[in-house]
Amino acid sequence: MPASAVTRFSACVAPLDRPNVDTDAIVPKQYLKSIRRTGFGAVLFDEWRYLDAGEPGDDHGKRRQNPDFVLNQSRYRNARILLTRENFGCGSSREHAVWALQEYGFRAVVAPSFADIFATNADNNGLLLIRLEVAVVESLFAGVQAQQGYSLTVDVSQQRLVDPAGHEHSFALDAVVRRRLLHGLDRIGEILRHREVIRAYEQRRSVQVPWLFPDAT
Amino acid sequence: MTLYDKLWEQHRVMELEDGATLLYIDRHLVHEVTSPQAFEGLRLAGRKIWRAGRILAVEDHIVPTTADREMHDPAAIEQIQALRDNCAQADIALYRLGDARQGIVHVTGPEQGACLPGMSIVCGDSHTSTNGALGALAFGIGTSEVECVLATQCLPMHKAQNMRVQVEGNFGPGVGAKDLALALIGRMGTAGGTGHVIEYAGSAVRGLDMEGRMTLCNMSIESGARAGMVAVDDVTVDYVRGRPLAPTGAAWEAAVDAWRQLVPDPGAHFAREFCMDARTLAPQLTWGTNPEMVVSIHDRVPDPAELPQGPQRTHMQHALEYMGLAPGTPMQELRPDKVFIGSCTNARIADLRAAAQVVQGRRVAANIRQAMVVPGSVPVRLQAEQEGLAQLFVDAGFEWREPGCSMCLGMNPDRLQPGERCASTSNRNFEGRQGRGGRTHLLSPAMAAAAAVAGHFVDVREFL
Repeated sequence: MPASAVTRFSACVAPLDRPNVDTDAIVPKQYLKSIRRTGFGAVLFDEWRYLDAGEPGDDHGKRRQNPDFVLNQSRYRNARILLTRENFGCGSSREHAVWALQEYGFRAVVAPSFADIFATNADNNGLLLIRLEVAVVESLFAGVQAQQGYSLTVDVSQQRLVDPAGHEHSFALDAVVRRRLLHGLDRIGEILRHREVIRAYEQRRSVQVPWLFPDAT
Repeated sequence: MTLYDKLWEQHRVMELEDGATLLYIDRHLVHEVTSPQAFEGLRLAGRKIWRAGRILAVEDHIVPTTADREMHDPAAIEQIQALRDNCAQADIALYRLGDARQGIVHVTGPEQGACLPGMSIVCGDSHTSTNGALGALAFGIGTSEVECVLATQCLPMHKAQNMRVQVEGNFGPGVGAKDLALALIGRMGTAGGTGHVIEYAGSAVRGLDMEGRMTLCNMSIESGARAGMVAVDDVTVDYVRGRPLAPTGAAWEAAVDAWRQLVPDPGAHFAREFCMDARTLAPQLTWGTNPEMVVSIHDRVPDPAELPQGPQRTHMQHALEYMGLAPGTPMQELRPDKVFIGSCTNARIADLRAAAQVVQGRRVAANIRQAMVVPGSVPVRLQAEQEGLAQLFVDAGFEWREPGCSMCLGMNPDRLQPGERCASTSNRNFEGRQGRGGRTHLLSPAMAAAAAVAGHFVDVREFL
């Protein structure tokens, strides 16, 4: 599904000061029984965000919020950039984690590193992942703590993050990810343009290694 | 070339203009939780399934494990129905509840011969790495990628780095693949394998049976690795022979010849190497909220005060608080409320045999509220019943369940209650993983069985 194009935006930052945030924490299991891509924003970080237990179909607006959780604090209510620690998104492959972050309103996540499957899922949905050196991430955490309404400007085409003091931090982006963010992308459609190459490969393999293709029955 | 290099080359369809490699997928495993949105995406785009025969679907994540197999949760019923409808419309093989082949996807795939050496295998499930034990390239993917594989039987990918984990020596009695997997993650860290494909090698790995190799490869993702694999040898070939979907006759002979090539070349280059000695390994168990927070059974709960001030110390304090643990407590003094033997990590016949050996002639301790064994598949269940293992478990006070993912992730009614401590043979001890507020300690089936009968964590070697 092509994502809408993103070039440059400024947004408030919410700090989630934990390493190894796993996808079970981002969206707990009970909500994965949904057959839709939507409805996950209200249960993002469910067990940290709410004091009571939630189930699919609950009115999450009526649940008791945990006042200590960062996203429930008024100064971070409008945050659209999530700042966090290393190995964000580890664990389960559930793409629901990305859908939840996006539906909540996050457009970018800044961290020293991300888990592989989560990163691919984010790329495929146009959620921007910005990898920065640990020391830079540390300085951003310090900035967010020090200043109410701390916001960052993200420039995708320049691959640059600018903090309120005007410091610029460049970040790497895969060519495909950049193209998707800037122009939108139908990757499956692009791959299907090579359908004859795929068929030729299948033909070749079915002769070379016919035993490898037992049809499941 | 490494084994990963070879498998990568064999599945390379073409290089895309944008720098990615288009990789062909031989086997696509599908389950109810991560597939409905992919099928819907396909429908919305007006696309067809590229090759239905390459797909095998099973019902495992949300299914009840009670004898009646009755589903009561409307959301779960809708999700199962969606899988059945999607498979029926596209003529995809589906092992439903009640089918004699049903089981946890990563138990069923190898068991039926649907997953074979030399294959590229994907599933919308991170523990797909399990199947690498066959000498296959197997990895978990997200739902967008599931849609891509349904539509094209291919995935655009960038090649990962090669890493070799070399484990030498023989395991002591009562120690095995799960202890090795946990100890490795403890040393490498939960992100130690990120960006890498791990090949497990060395005499200790060669000495493991296929079940043990699957346990080891299963946990690769818990170190962040994209995949784990073991080179083909006699153990692999003997395991595959006679499986329902395995080749037969002349095709079998040709297949075995080809599979014998699925080993790394002498002198193959690995970007990273990691060595361990199996001889000195003691039974392992986790104390914290991710799989790298692991100790030996004779250790104590770690003390954050021994770490320098900083995020790592805070993280440890968080974990201890969540787990309800005081620093310095001997691990053997911790008393679980529940014991869960099951999951794609440890629900195969060898796992159940190891647990049954400990349980035999003993009783589940009075302080254990629930002890359950959830076999990985219907064939595993039937074999365990034939061998008399099921009766040993039942006589000891365990519940003997029907196959499914069960309490590994609590998507069905099998869950921990807040504050409950669980000895679990599964793969993740994340906060809330087995139920909101639940406290998970990961360990081997033999160690879980020992904890059940002792009523506290204990060195299983005392029971052998």
